[in-house]
Amino acid sequence: MQTHQYDVVIVGAGGAGMRAALESSTRARTAVLTKLYPTRSHTGAAQGGMCAALANVEEDNWEWHTFDTVKGGDYLVDQDAAEVMAKEAIEAVLDLERMGLPFNRTPEGRIDQRRFGGHTRNHGEAAVRRSCYAADRTGHMILQTLYQQCVKQEVSFFNEFYVLDVLLTEDLSTGEVPEGTPVRASGVVAYELATGEIHVFRAKSVVFATGGAGKIFKTTSNAHTLTGDGMALALRRGIPLEDMEFFQFHPTGLAGLGILLSEAARGEGGILRNSEGERFMERYAPTIKDLAPRDMVARAMANEVREGRGCGPEKDYVLLDLTHLEPAHIDAKLPDITEFARTYLGVEPYTEPVPVYPTAHYAMGGVPTTIDAEVLRNPTDVVGGLFAAGEVACVSVHGANRLGTNSLLDINVFGKRAGIAAAAYAATADWLDLPEDPTALVIGEIERMRDKAQGERVSDVRRELQETMDANAQVFRTAESLEKARDDVRALKKRYLSVSVQDKGRRFNTDLLEALELGFLLDLAEVVVAGALAREESRGGHFREDFPTRDDEKFLHHTMAYLRRGATPDETEVTLGTKPVTMTRYQPMERKY
Amino acid sequence: MTAVLENSAEPDATPEVGAVPSFDVTLRIRRFNPEASEAAAYWEEFTVTAYGTDRVLDAMHKIKWEVDGSLTFRRSCAHGICGSDAMRINGRNRLACKALLKDLDPSKPITIEPIKGLPVVKDLVVDMEPFFASYREIMPFLITSGNAPSAERLQSAEQRERYDDTTKCILCAACTSSCPVFWNDGQYFGPAAIVNAHRFIFDSRDEGAEQRLEILNDKEGVWRCRTVFNCTEACPRGIEVTKAIQEVKRAMITRAF
Ligand SMILES: Cc1cc2nc3c(=O)[nH]c(=O)nc-3n(C[C@H](O)[C@H](O)[C@H](O)COP(=O)(O)OP(=O)(O)OC[C@H]3O[C@@H](n4cnc5c(N)ncnc54)[C@H](O)[C@@H]3O)c2cc1C
Ligand code: SF4
Ligand code: FES
Repeated sequence: MQTHQYDVVIVGAGGAGMRAALESSTRARTAVLTKLYPTRSHTGAAQGGMCAALANVEEDNWEWHTFDTVKGGDYLVDQDAAEVMAKEAIEAVLDLERMGLPFNRTPEGRIDQRRFGGHTRNHGEAAVRRSCYAADRTGHMILQTLYQQCVKQEVSFFNEFYVLDVLLTEDLSTGEVPEGTPVRASGVVAYELATGEIHVFRAKSVVFATGGAGKIFKTTSNAHTLTGDGMALALRRGIPLEDMEFFQFHPTGLAGLGILLSEAARGEGGILRNSEGERFMERYAPTIKDLAPRDMVARAMANEVREGRGCGPEKDYVLLDLTHLEPAHIDAKLPDITEFARTYLGVEPYTEPVPVYPTAHYAMGGVPTTIDAEVLRNPTDVVGGLFAAGEVACVSVHGANRLGTNSLLDINVFGKRAGIAAAAYAATADWLDLPEDPTALVIGEIERMRDKAQGERVSDVRRELQETMDANAQVFRTAESLEKARDDVRALKKRYLSVSVQDKGRRFNTDLLEALELGFLLDLAEVVVAGALAREESRGGHFREDFPTRDDEKFLHHTMAYLRRGATPDETEVTLGTKPVTMTRYQPMERKY
Repeated sequence: MTAVLENSAEPDATPEVGAVPSFDVTLRIRRFNPEASEAAAYWEEFTVTAYGTDRVLDAMHKIKWEVDGSLTFRRSCAHGICGSDAMRINGRNRLACKALLKDLDPSKPITIEPIKGLPVVKDLVVDMEPFFASYREIMPFLITSGNAPSAERLQSAEQRERYDDTTKCILCAACTSSCPVFWNDGQYFGPAAIVNAHRFIFDSRDEGAEQRLEILNDKEGVWRCRTVFNCTEACPRGIEVTKAIQEVKRAMITRAF
């Protein structure tokens, strides 16, 4: 075991982690631990853009952006946080430009902007051009640019280090630490992939920036490595997760594969059609049609398929039609996604419509934080020295449904805030002693899996998990389907206890890591389902067919899910609490587009 | 070892577009276990059942998940944008997640080896550190002088277009590890580093071109390139790598960029 000491340890080197590192590394001794090389992070997959009311091409302002974010999130957004994000968006985009990000340009040489779902002029009048972009590679450019700046600032990276535990001064998992008791983070435990060695990083501040958890579903736009590690680690240590029942299903995944085709395709004029060739979104969202928010479009598509108007031999997808666009325009604005259609489905988008179906895309929920990225352990108390930003966190700026382009924004705005806050905390905090035997939990779990001669296969348990989540907790949910998912997940958790890995080696044992990642997915799936069952209403990305309308009377609050340890360490139970929604300017209205 | 498997059929999700019936495919994989008592590389064959749109990565996952969990390779995004899984497939560098089995003549065994010129760590995993070290050396970041402007720097669409091609790089190392000069001389910066230098040298906002050209004027710099074009062929992002290197060479002589 090796021990290291840094003022600030950042876990994750995607957009949020690197944006945080750029701030904290100039102010405090900082290390970034990441299970992937920084440039492999899934921020690089983001395509469409990052919104900010620059008003470079038409009138716009941050207040309209705030409103769209709140309405898009079906009023579950904390409005103070949304306001911070919309205001700081402008500086966040300009920061990136000054770092060298190659944005597309207007004829005047300024940053160009385009339309994106749910972003409107003057509180819903018409679509507005607010998304700043670099072709359909915006996330790639953000990730590269932030990494370039990290190279410039000589940020210390620990690449291919898997963080597997966070160390806290109190055991929160029993649920018995009273409100108001100070609790602090003292470091993390990490596994070095290359050697199999365990490292303890002692830190005054820890920032979680570990990204999303799309792999709880089978059809997803998320990378194989998006297994919700940060969320699950926090959860296991007794920190709640907020609003996990809200998962975004992006309308346009390549049918059967889940690979994303950005909403930019519709922003640039693409149209969704059913088997009758009908532009069906005209029926569901008469004003902004194909550019309605994702939850609405995804449900509309699933509904077309359910009602027999799907395309293809199985009638199980709809079509994204770009054929009326100029090939030159497609090449200039959508080069990558049209190549995906060619490579993976063999479809030529110039002349043929592309088969698409909703794909699990984004976790609106996550580790609850304040607007300064401090992690909350209940509705009011923060954990000293623990921060979270990016998709792992729930600020909450996305509420029940995230608007396109607001996540690249989120990672930049709140990544920056996290870096500043973590360094500021470290500047005044004293060093804490590490708990006795800080690696016990991690080593115990690793040995259990590696030493078991025979047992369940990781891939079997994972496949069954993903299948039940797709079948029972996707775009349409009912009490019955969710109970099925809950029972399945519980049974799979039992089977997980007897999982064994075939690779018994120490070096580069990805077999072992996949097993640990599966454990995270199971815990998170349980929380998603528990929240979805309890929320007997439909709001944003969470749609209950048995409760098809929003119920502000009973459910205008955030869900706080806690994993409580039972009699034995293997017996855990999800308990649910609530947290009020912060409302400043906007009272809930019906969400129509 | 040879194992034949049935695909765990996915009845509702498989797309019919371009669908091809299932077929068996044999992968001949170069393996290396650093912890074996006599650590030496060897070949191992696996036969699995695949479907029309399956990629090499899918077949490898199938082996790892259903036959031999110790088969080791890097991967993340599975659609060609993270740069994790460059490997030598039938003698050519490609991303496993972008190489469709049906395009590779599955009637013959498909050979899979780690990319060349970087130390092999385990099976298909190589040590990427030397590759990233070269990248860092060419100062891959915007260099400007004076105070940052309060709004954005202006750049015309034409100026933006000038370096568009080289902004697409995902640092997968397919180019560098396909270069015979790099195989023979690990000190050579390699195409990827030059591509990333190009990205800044031709960016109208950047003022560091002279410094980068000085670095690349080194004996291990651009002049080692013998325009073999392997890199251009290997690049999964379709970057005209050799052309970029030529443009850097020309800039070195004319000092015009
Ligand atoms: C295909 C696609 C397209 C998208 N397009 C857009 C768009 O156009 N606009 C928009 O706003 N949003 C978009 N999004 C959403 C957005 O890209 C993501 O939400 C965002 O990039 C997440 O960034 P992040 O920094 O939080 O996480 P990531 O970029 O996923 O980074 C996570 C990091 O955490 C590290 N990590 C994870 N677990 C561990 C661990 N246990 N130990 C150590 N390190 C760990 C990883 O190595 C990685 O570096 C898109 C998402 C997808 C999937
Ligand atoms: S230039 Fe192409 S082949 Fe070379 S590292 Fe970049 S993306 Fe990979
Ligand atoms: S897995 Fe990301 S490029 Fe292949």
